Amino acid sequence: MPTASLADSAWTDAITKLGNSFGAVAIFLGILLVVFFAAGRATGRLTRPLAIGVFLGPAVLLLIVGLVAPLVRTVYLSFYNDDSTRFLGGKNYGWALTTDSIHQVLLNTLLWLVFAPLAATGLGLVLALLVERMRYQALYKSLIFMPMAVSLVGASIIWKFVYETRDSSQQQVGLLSQLAISLGWRHPPNWILSHPLNNFLLMAVMVWVQTGFAMVVLSAAIKAIPDEVTEAARLDGARGLKLFWFVTVPMIRTTLVVVLTTVMITTLKAFDIVRTMTGGNFGTQVLANEMYSQSFVQFNVGRGSALAVILFLAVLPLVAYNIVQLRKERETR
Amino acid sequence: MSTQPATVPSKAVGAAEATGSAAVRKSFSSPLGSVFVIAVTVLWTIPTFGLLATSLRPKQAVAASGWWEIFVHPQLILSNYHTVLFDGGFGVSAGMMPFLVNSLAISIPATIFPLVLAAMAAYALAWVRFRGSDTVFFIIFALQVVPLQMALIPLLQLFSGGAHLGGLTIIPAFDLHGTYVPVWLAHTMFALPLATFLLHNFISQLPRDLMEAAVVDGASHFKIFRSIVLPLCTPALASFAIFEFLWVWNDLLVALTFAGGTPEVAPMTVRLAQLSGSFGGRWEVLTAGAFLSLIVPLIVFFSLQRYFVRGLLAGSVKG
Amino acid sequence: MIQKPRPNRPRRQLLAVPAVLVLALAAACSNSSGKSTADATPTTTLSGDCAKYQPYAGHSGTKVTMYASILSPESDSLEKSWSEFSSCTGIKISYEGSNDFESQLQVRVTGGNAPDFAIIPQPGLLAQMVKTGKVVKPPAATVANEDKWNPVWKGYGSVNGTFYAAPMSANMKSLVWYSPKYFKQAGYQVPTTWADLMTLSDRIAKAGGGSKPWCGGIGSGTATGWPATDWLEEAVLGTYGGDVYDQWVSHQVKFSDPKIISAMQTVAGWMQNPAWVNGGIGDVKSIATTTFQDAGAPILTNKCWMLQQASFYQAQWAKGTKIGPDGDIFAFHLPAVNPAIPNPVEGGGEFLAAFSDRPEVQAVQNYLSSADWASSRVKVSTGWVSANQAVDKSLYTDPIDKLSADALTDPTATFRFDASDMMPAAIGAGQEWKSLTAWFAEGQAIPKVAADIDAAWPQ
Repeated sequence: MPTASLADSAWTDAITKLGNSFGAVAIFLGILLVVFFAAGRATGRLTRPLAIGVFLGPAVLLLIVGLVAPLVRTVYLSFYNDDSTRFLGGKNYGWALTTDSIHQVLLNTLLWLVFAPLAATGLGLVLALLVERMRYQALYKSLIFMPMAVSLVGASIIWKFVYETRDSSQQQVGLLSQLAISLGWRHPPNWILSHPLNNFLLMAVMVWVQTGFAMVVLSAAIKAIPDEVTEAARLDGARGLKLFWFVTVPMIRTTLVVVLTTVMITTLKAFDIVRTMTGGNFGTQVLANEMYSQSFVQFNVGRGSALAVILFLAVLPLVAYNIVQLRKERETR
Repeated sequence: MSTQPATVPSKAVGAAEATGSAAVRKSFSSPLGSVFVIAVTVLWTIPTFGLLATSLRPKQAVAASGWWEIFVHPQLILSNYHTVLFDGGFGVSAGMMPFLVNSLAISIPATIFPLVLAAMAAYALAWVRFRGSDTVFFIIFALQVVPLQMALIPLLQLFSGGAHLGGLTIIPAFDLHGTYVPVWLAHTMFALPLATFLLHNFISQLPRDLMEAAVVDGASHFKIFRSIVLPLCTPALASFAIFEFLWVWNDLLVALTFAGGTPEVAPMTVRLAQLSGSFGGRWEVLTAGAFLSLIVPLIVFFSLQRYFVRGLLAGSVKG
Repeated sequence: MIQKPRPNRPRRQLLAVPAVLVLALAAACSNSSGKSTADATPTTTLSGDCAKYQPYAGHSGTKVTMYASILSPESDSLEKSWSEFSSCTGIKISYEGSNDFESQLQVRVTGGNAPDFAIIPQPGLLAQMVKTGKVVKPPAATVANEDKWNPVWKGYGSVNGTFYAAPMSANMKSLVWYSPKYFKQAGYQVPTTWADLMTLSDRIAKAGGGSKPWCGGIGSGTATGWPATDWLEEAVLGTYGGDVYDQWVSHQVKFSDPKIISAMQTVAGWMQNPAWVNGGIGDVKSIATTTFQDAGAPILTNKCWMLQQASFYQAQWAKGTKIGPDGDIFAFHLPAVNPAIPNPVEGGGEFLAAFSDRPEVQAVQNYLSSADWASSRVKVSTGWVSANQAVDKSLYTDPIDKLSADALTDPTATFRFDASDMMPAAIGAGQEWKSLTAWFAEGQAIPKVAADIDAAWPQ
């Protein structure tokens, strides 16, 4: 045990912490090595089951504990009342589907689901095409990708300085209002209050974060399109947009679907932007945030769980579509 | 959350050095296109630049006028950074420093654990095929959609109380409170579906001949995994590592629930959220804190960027 | 917060490292920390400056955890107030503040990871926590301390008649902040009746000059809307008195009751009057997007004349602002809407709930419920009033603290606790916040706002 005098230094503290952290990694890898070595010695019939167990076991175990069990529990709780003592049947679902404020939430969630992923992926695709032939493309790519490195706590601080509105008699501190005023709009509105515009303003933050991701991935896919394909198309007279629609897009279709799906899933699950920027007020509430607030602020675990299940069911078709796509791809292999 | 790792299961067939895109590129060359890209780049950078600019301005200036005033009245100071990093005024003697260290100590293992476990699972699903391996793969993929919030309470119960089945203790209660372990475990669990899915796409496309040759030579699965799969996967592992690192570094919800807010274990994001609560009006300090939290992920991204693009490219090409 | 790393921490963390690896293997270190009370000698005698902590002695080397919503700099004063206690008794109090306190406390308690103590500002939340069965009843010494208090406060710390949590601080909500300096320049008098207040507001509005009589902000992150609940509560209490107020809290009087509707109209005529608000900030809607912290700033520049906010708003004034009856800023008691209601005072407070009955936890609980601790906290810094009536009022040096302490202990006052804090969380931390925010932001009709809140009341 270190002595108190040593412990005074912040550096000792940092070294201890990072030492623990690296120590954990080392022990983890060490145990894996030992297990691999031991299991590698096995021969005969046990070889395959052993390999499957060792390779797949830890991941499956962690997934069952961390995701499958909570999922089952949530479905169960969604049929019970606020403190899970009384069986309610489908009442929580009935509440979710008949309450006005929840309708607004569902509508907003749908808006997010459609616009944010399409905008991010579409913009990312266009940028990926355009940036390829420019000089200093690494610079542009990095700068567009940069928002991905910003935490959403940080992003909400950053965007406050864009959307903040003050009375038009005063100097503005928000960029958007200042811009509107200098373009001749005397009394710009209070952006964050202007429904339904405010929904799109919040989505803009998501698009800002996700476009770089879409661009980088799609740009890699486009680079991988083989020469022969595009050359053949060019010989057939395909140019510009035509080439884009009939050659490029089909060639990277699978990638497009994967990008679109990952951004959609992120969008559906993301609640930080709404939570930090409006708290779900002013008609901007989305499902993921409403679910958090029902469960943990208003203590209605039943309703919160029902909303979680609805959210889960809403994403399921997307996943199913992806699986169908993957299956097709495997069969054609 | 926002970061999603990338892979490209493209249908493209051809050599890694594909240059066919040159033709596509040419078709899009126009000055208008360049102007568009530059415009978007500027637009995308402005908000972050505003953050940097605000963090360099004195308090009165931040409250009185917009950050673009620095172009008119360039009055820049560094004291906000000093305040946020070292001042004791935030209830912690060493300012932001312990939290910065915690962020690192959380992020590194929480990146490596899921990466290794997912690579192992992906290998088993792709090359040690068994009946039902496809189904297992699809279930793992589908687990991506489980909202994180649903798992918070059950996981906490597990960490603090263990797991019991009718009086029988399956997993004993560990006293892990106040350590990084619950945070590492939670991040590992939540990252596994996506990591397994992406690495599977990559690993399943490794050349079959190579694998078969190794089996003929009598190599065990463990040997193949260590000496063939892992080295060939480096670019894919690196690109996933970037995303997972960004994700963990920027996470608030998992940290808030499993680490709490004390300087012993809480990361930067938790501290920032606390600051934004207590210093509603002190934007100059908050912006400095937010910019500080941005620097490490940026360094990670830029230093691993090379691998990143290579990983994506390699993943998109079939062998 | 923690000044020095605890010497025993590295060992615990190192022990924890292998734990991640043996999750599925064994219970190798299942009880690595445990209670370290074994080596504490119960017969310890404290002497000198420490002698007064003798009743709490015998737990040296222990640690208790405390979780609350109080953030720095207020939390620094809190920690300072028990630092002597800690060093004398050897009980370390590890404090953690969070602005997600309300939701995270629920997560941690149901997750089996409850702190030893939580400082809960809402009796409604306290009731919710008691429902989980994890809140531990206080030891006899704490109850005995409490018996010397005003029974009303003990009542707020009780759930269904059982006393659980000792009150710590009290704050006075019925205040209006203004600038004595500018009032004097303009020749305005501090109003003592609601009618005077309305006349003065009208006069200021007509005088023009780029300023308006009132400013306000109800923005507060995920808790946006709470200041508006205070305005409504002032109107209900000041118009109908304590009985109707109590019935409203228990939902015997609904939000759509004509009485509450009329109180909402009072608020609409006051804080939603376009000629009266939002001084120095914008229109009525801007109240919804202005944070409560920023709302009072225009008073300093004379763009706004008055702000209704609680005594704790004192911490928001910029450094160097002179606060006092002749200073830049001071506050007056918000008069009753109905002059027949004697001296209505709305207040809030914080309660210390324990989730463990370890001896060191009980020692801390006993100390924090004593007048000694309350006096110690008062001496550390201004801007804090104890709910404990045994605290010598002459200790309060700050004019606002004095004003609050007098009002809170005034026997003639109609004192009531913040209603939204007493209502179930689904209302008091949910629908009422949301609906009142929509009322300000979107100009929703009063009957709809009231009906929405009633509909969300848990059955």
